[in-house]
Amino acid sequence: MLILDCPYCGVACDETELSPGGEAHLKRFGPDSSEEEFEGYLFVRENPNGVHFERWRHSYGCGKWFHAARCTMTLEVFGTYSAQTFEPPQALKDKISAKRPGWSWRDFA
Amino acid sequence: MADLATVSRLPASGMITLRGDLSGAKIKKAVKAACGQGIPVSGEILGDGARAVAWMSPDELLVMVPYGDVQAVIDAMNKALGGVHALVADVSDARGLFRVEGGSAHEVLARVCPVDLHAASFGVGQFRRTRLAQVAAAFWRHDTGFDVVCFLSVADYVDGVLGNAVTAPRVGALD
Repeated sequence: MLILDCPYCGVACDETELSPGGEAHLKRFGPDSSEEEFEGYLFVRENPNGVHFERWRHSYGCGKWFHAARCTMTLEVFGTYSAQTFEPPQALKDKISAKRPGWSWRDFA
Repeated sequence: MADLATVSRLPASGMITLRGDLSGAKIKKAVKAACGQGIPVSGEILGDGARAVAWMSPDELLVMVPYGDVQAVIDAMNKALGGVHALVADVSDARGLFRVEGGSAHEVLARVCPVDLHAASFGVGQFRRTRLAQVAAAFWRHDTGFDVVCFLSVADYVDGVLGNAVTAPRVGALD
């Protein structure tokens, strides 16, 4: 069972209070994009054994979307952060680097 | 075996949803005029049973007033808000309200909500929106127990769930 801290409420939310929102930091490619870009936006997803970034919604609480960084292997949660950002905060990336040296995820490392 | 607590269904209370930028001076003024309180921080309820204001989300507050005063309070809030972009809505008749009282009231809610209800973690004056069995609910702790709010459409379900939860044997792990 996952327990994530909602960055808006500050409460420790049980997984059953949250709605999963899939992979984080996807860039939308619309009508003018190439077929490869559109396919990537629609279908191509990371499936890491380790550090992963996801979107979650605190649906039984404040109703806000947020981001979470966690490890898919150990279920360790590295941290949660605001949805209004294009990449994880540097402090969180440093924290992950300290625990998982050499990690990378899409363009982040 | 005695029940863990007593559950009673309360008559509808005056409830007003206020949405907007909570840092604004006019919103502060409107809340002050409605219930005499300031803006609560996250997870907090200010005031007593009759007039209170609770934090619902970063841009939403729940203002509680006596049922008969709702329209007058809404008019006063709209006046205080002036031209500020905000929403004031009467939700009194959309809510079911329950009171769980007794020494083990926290055990009743701990059975159906994924919330740490140790007195040290969730004390008097704290407010939490969460999941109660299969539906959304909110509750806060006061001196004699908890008040639980849910949508009126699922109030009969919540009545049944709480009524069942109070019959459980006491565990005592949360004391």
